[in-house]
Amino acid sequence: MQFTSMILSNFQISPGYWRMRLTAPREFGHAEPGQFIMLRTSSGIDPLLRRPFGIFDAGLHSPPQTGAASHPFFEILYKVVGKGTSLLSSLHENDLLDVLGPLGKGFDMGIPGEEKLIVGGGVGLAPLYLLARELVKHSPVRLFAGGRSRDDILCITEFERLGVECYVATEDGSLGECGVVTEALLKRLDSRNRQKSAIFACGPHGMLDAVSKIASERSIPCQVSLEGYMACGVGACLGCVTPGKNRTAENPDFRCVCAEGPVFDSRELGWGNI
Amino acid sequence: MRPDMGIEIAGMKLRNPVIAASGTFGYGAEFAPYLDLEKIGAFATKGLSLKPRGGNPLPRIVETPGGMLNAIGLQNVGIDSFIADKAPFLRTVDTPAIANFFGNTVEEYAEMAERLDNVAEIAALEVNISCPNVKEGGILFGTDPAQAAAVVRACRRMTGKPLIVKLSPNVTDIVRMASACADAGADALSLINTLTGMAIDLKLRRPALANITGGLSGPAIKPVALRMVWQVARSVKLPVIGMGGIMSGTDALEFMLAGAAAVQVGTASFINPGALQKIAEEMEKWLSENNVESVRSMTGALQ
Ligand SMILES: Cc1cc2nc3c(=O)[nH]c(=O)nc-3n(C[C@H](O)[C@H](O)[C@H](O)COP(=O)(O)OP(=O)(O)OC[C@H]3O[C@@H](n4cnc5c(N)ncnc54)[C@H](O)[C@@H]3O)c2cc1C
Ligand SMILES: Cc1cc2nc3c(=O)[nH]c(=O)nc-3n(C[C@H](O)[C@H](O)[C@H](O)COP(=O)(O)O)c2cc1C
Ligand code: FES
Repeated sequence: MQFTSMILSNFQISPGYWRMRLTAPREFGHAEPGQFIMLRTSSGIDPLLRRPFGIFDAGLHSPPQTGAASHPFFEILYKVVGKGTSLLSSLHENDLLDVLGPLGKGFDMGIPGEEKLIVGGGVGLAPLYLLARELVKHSPVRLFAGGRSRDDILCITEFERLGVECYVATEDGSLGECGVVTEALLKRLDSRNRQKSAIFACGPHGMLDAVSKIASERSIPCQVSLEGYMACGVGACLGCVTPGKNRTAENPDFRCVCAEGPVFDSRELGWGNI
Repeated sequence: MRPDMGIEIAGMKLRNPVIAASGTFGYGAEFAPYLDLEKIGAFATKGLSLKPRGGNPLPRIVETPGGMLNAIGLQNVGIDSFIADKAPFLRTVDTPAIANFFGNTVEEYAEMAERLDNVAEIAALEVNISCPNVKEGGILFGTDPAQAAAVVRACRRMTGKPLIVKLSPNVTDIVRMASACADAGADALSLINTLTGMAIDLKLRRPALANITGGLSGPAIKPVALRMVWQVARSVKLPVIGMGGIMSGTDALEFMLAGAAAVQVGTASFINPGALQKIAEEMEKWLSENNVESVRSMTGALQ
C-alpha cells in the first residue's frame, strides 16, 4: 500500500537516534511485527531512492485534546547516518511523507508459552518492540539489548513496561554489563532448566552471525531480521538479496530480503557467503 | 476532448506508449498491488537466460546524485522456470508482455529466441545485447556492429514475433549500432540501457559496488538518452522506444518529440511503484491541455 502520512511527532531520544510517529490508513493495523516501510525523504530527486525502516510500533493515536477522535499511527526509530536520515530529523509535526508499506515478511510468533529471547543491537531494536508487544500476550519474554555505549541502548523502559525482563550490555560498560550482548544471552541459555526457547534477533551483521551460531549449536529456533541495499522494496530490482544456505558455485541461491524477508529462519541463510 | 493515446509499434497495438523497462518491473505481478496493469501500454520482464543466473556479489546497488548504479549481474530465474512459474500470470493480464533476454553466444541468443517464440503469453521479444560474447573472448555484442548484427540475424530467423533490439549507450557511434541492427532484421530499437559508471566510498577507500563498475540509470542520464534517441530516430527508419531517466509525463513527451514512438520507464518504478500509470495519465492531461488530438502526432515533432 502507498499512502501519504502526516508526522505526529519527531524527536531525538538519544544522541543521534530519533523516533517519529506518523498517521496511517486503517489497513495499516494489520502490520506484522518485523515488517518494514519505505519512505521518501525528499520529494525531489536527491535523495532519489526510498529509505527502508522497521515498524517500531503501530496502533491507535489519541490526540491530547479531549474530544478529538483517535486514528491509526505507526512509529519508526531511526539513526541519523547520512543525507536521508538527517533530512528526516529536520522534519516537524504536520509535515507530510510518502510511505510504502507494510512490506516484507515478519516474524513467526512461535509456540505460545515457550520462552522468547529477543536480541537487539543498537537501532536493531526498532522492529523488536512491536514483536515484544505481541509475544508478551502468550509467552515470557526476555530482551538482550547491546550497543557500544549507553547512548545506543534505546527504549528499554518501553520494553520493561510490557513486562519484558531486560538485560543490557555495552562495550564500554557505561550501562549494564560490560561486553557484547551475546555473552548475556549465553548466560541465560546455559542457566535454563530444560526449558524450550526461541530466539528473535535484529542488529549488525556480526551480532546476527554470532547469535545464529549460538542458536544452531543448541538447536534453538532462531529468526533474524536482515538489512540489504534496497531500491524497490517489492522484489523487482534484486539489489537487496542475501545468499541462502544452498549457495554453491553452481547453485545461485539468493534470497530476496525485501520480499522473502527481511525476517529469515537463520538456518535458511548462507552465513559463510554473506 | 480526450486525446487518442493508442500507438502501434512493430505490429503491436498498445493502449498508450508507456512501457515498463526490463529489470525494473520484475515479471509484472510484483507491481499489481500498486497500479492497474491494464492502464499501461506494455511491460518488459526481467532479462532471461537459458540457465538461471545468480548474479553479482553484494553490494549491487548504490545511489548517486539524481540516479543509481546497479550491478545486479542479470540474476534471473532462467527460461524454464519463467515458462512454468511466471508466464501463467501474464495470461491473466490484458496487456502485452515483452520478454527481454540475453545469451553468452550467438547460438544461445538464437535458442532463447526460438524458445520464447513458442511462449503464447509473450507478445514481443527484446534482445539485450549489452552482454559479453563469451566465445569471442568477452567482446561486447552491444559495442561491435558486426557482432550485434549476427545476434539479431540469428534471432530473426527463429521468431516471427516483433523483435526489439535494446541498444547500449556505451559506444562512440550509436547510429552505426542502430543501423547494423536495423539491417539485420530488427522491428524496433529500444534505447538506452544503463551508462557504465562507478562510485567510490572515500572512507573505506573502496569502490561502492562489489563489481566495481555498474550501470547508471535515473534522471541523471536523461540528457544523454534524449540525445541518443534523437540521433537514432532521425537516421534509422525503425520505430524507436526511448528511455533513460523518465520520471514524469512531460519527460516522456520530450522523448517522443525527439523521435520515440513509445517510451520505457525504469528507475521511476522504484521510487513510485505506480509511476507508469501516473506517467500515462500525465501525458494524457498535457496533450488535452495543449489541444493535441493524438499522442502519435508527438513522435518526431521537434521544431
Ligand atoms: C529492512 C530494513 C529495515 C531497516 N530499519 C531501520 C530502522 O528501523 N532504523 C534505522 O535507523 N535504520 C534502518 N535501516 C537502515 C536504514 O534504511 C539506513 O540507515 C538508511 O537508508 C540510510 O539513509 P541515509 O540517506 O541517511 O544514508 P546514506 O547517505 O544513504 O548512507 C549513509 C551510510 O549508510 C550506509 N547505508 C545506507 N543504507 C544502508 C543499508 N540499507 N544497509 C547498510 N548500510 C547502509 C551507506 O553505505 C553509507 O555509508 C533499515 C534497513 C533495511 C534494509
Ligand atoms: C536494477 C536494474 C536492473 C536492470 N535490468 C535490466 C535487464 O535485465 N535487461 C535490460 O535490458 N535492461 C535492464 N536494466 C536497464 C533498464 O531497463 C533501463 O534501460 C535503464 O534503467 C534506463 O532507464 P531508467 O533511467 O528509466 O531506469 C536494468 C536497470 C536497473 C536499474
Ligand atoms: S529492494 Fe528491490 S528486490 Fe529487494
